[in-house]
Amino acid sequence: MFNGYRFRNFKNRLFYVLCLLCVVIAVVPLLSILYEVIIRGAPQINLNFLTADGLHGGIGPAIQGTLILIGLTSIIGIPIGILSGVYLAEFGNNMYASWMRTINDILTEFPSIVVGITAYSIIVVGLTGTFSPVAGAIALSFMLVPVVARTTEESMKLVPNNVREASMALGAHRWRTILSVVLPSAKGGLITGTLLAVARVAGETAPILLTILGSSYYFQSFSQPMDALPLRIFLNSRLPQPELQAQAWGASLVLILMVLALNIGVRLASRGRFSR
Amino acid sequence: MAKQLSRDSIFQILTAVIAASAAAVLILNAYVLITGSGTVLQRFGVGFLTGTNWNPVVGRESFGVFPYVLGTLLTSGIALLIGVPLSLGIAIFLVEMAPKVVRVPLSYLVELLAAVPSVIFGLWGLFVLRFWILDYVEVPLNTYLGWIPIFSGAPFGLDFLTAGVILAIMIIPTVASVSREVISAVPDSIREGAYGIGATKWEVIRHWVLSYGRSGIFGAVILGLGRAVGETMAVTMVIGNAVGPTAMPLTLFQPGQTLPSLIANGFLEAPNPLEKSAYVGAGLVLLLISLLINIVAHVMVTRVLKVKGGAVE
Repeated sequence: MFNGYRFRNFKNRLFYVLCLLCVVIAVVPLLSILYEVIIRGAPQINLNFLTADGLHGGIGPAIQGTLILIGLTSIIGIPIGILSGVYLAEFGNNMYASWMRTINDILTEFPSIVVGITAYSIIVVGLTGTFSPVAGAIALSFMLVPVVARTTEESMKLVPNNVREASMALGAHRWRTILSVVLPSAKGGLITGTLLAVARVAGETAPILLTILGSSYYFQSFSQPMDALPLRIFLNSRLPQPELQAQAWGASLVLILMVLALNIGVRLASRGRFSR
Repeated sequence: MAKQLSRDSIFQILTAVIAASAAAVLILNAYVLITGSGTVLQRFGVGFLTGTNWNPVVGRESFGVFPYVLGTLLTSGIALLIGVPLSLGIAIFLVEMAPKVVRVPLSYLVELLAAVPSVIFGLWGLFVLRFWILDYVEVPLNTYLGWIPIFSGAPFGLDFLTAGVILAIMIIPTVASVSREVISAVPDSIREGAYGIGATKWEVIRHWVLSYGRSGIFGAVILGLGRAVGETMAVTMVIGNAVGPTAMPLTLFQPGQTLPSLIANGFLEAPNPLEKSAYVGAGLVLLLISLLINIVAHVMVTRVLKVKGGAVE
């Protein structure tokens, strides 16, 4: 009876419904998060909230701090990541490269708080003796570089070999071929992946918690504590005052808009390029 | 000619040196954690791993990470228990069932979940999910099944269970996208052969597709475990932050602590070098757990995907 055609067919249907249910269950938290952030965050948004400093009920310093961190991290992390990726893609046919590849994979999954401890011990305590935007940016670069390297390698490997051969047949040397022909051909995937990585790093909290400390004031110098959106959200969420908790929701709306805009924009722009 | 050749080698050497930055970062991390935790390890030895106290009072110092290791394993375990079946369902639906029109938008939605910063997951967990779990899961379970030890206690909403559920949601994008790769890497000839002998879709997936992709899916699960173990902010915000012997997991409905949340909560406030060293020691234990998990995952996933040679993420 339990192996009859009708029962098997029933099991098949049931399984279909269960899988569909899984997708629905996974989408519920996403929609709920977006809903709550908008409903609770939107009433907070006004000019004063976006521009005033922490003493006057605003998150201006946090927005500014996040932008500074994104900028500094990109300046430090992207060139290193891309050049590492170039090596792995173009000269990566040896033991050394495969070790570096494995290490990159490990670093991609590194616990972010450990990166925070390392940056704190080396830069905040060891080198500069102070919490600073630079320490934060270096901590975030630790997380950005492996992802960018990976992306670069993957997108350069998609460039067909005839492109390289054509360039070399014209008399270009290998470094020239790589920099002027292969990299530009891999541009699409490279930019997409890099921007997605930057968006992910921009929302990281644990590494900057231990390196930039937080501040109520606008950026003062590269050797003083600074604020950032994720940090402000975390710090405000643990305060008892409802109006400060409400600020955390407002800051979340700003952060999520930045991150999601980058994500959706990049994916729409690159649509078709990666769809299999 | 010789000059040009050397420019090529200069370029190659330059990029090779930059690629070594990965190794440098890894070594740097290991160095900081090992030297930083030296003080506490010398003083307490194995007791640091097995102890349950966290007492910074001068003269009565005692530091042990055992409760937080258990807390980390417990919350990650809950995350896998809930997150893995959901992720597999999603992956199977996306590869084997979904009509082409909804496939791309749906996978975007699932991947968008990965784009939400973890601190926002935490905020949502603290003010929204906490009450869902408290009202619809913890209170009923506690009322009717409270005699089972893991469901005893006074439900409060900020505890191991909520932290585990948040982690389950956060690992879904990782596990689902790797499983999706693995499932689409199963050759169609396997499916065709199975359909050919009259199997239904469910039977094809269960007996052929999943068993063919077994080790890759195992790798995906381990990768999710790695994520869950290292996740900091969301957990810190919902786990209740117990310290010392009270953090020993006895029931699901009690405030607890994981290794990352312990560090995030206390590291900066630690007043003396010994306590700071204890936090670094907790970081070292966390790193070792996470390294072990990631190496296993790496071996499992690459072994399967090597055939296909695509990016996993």
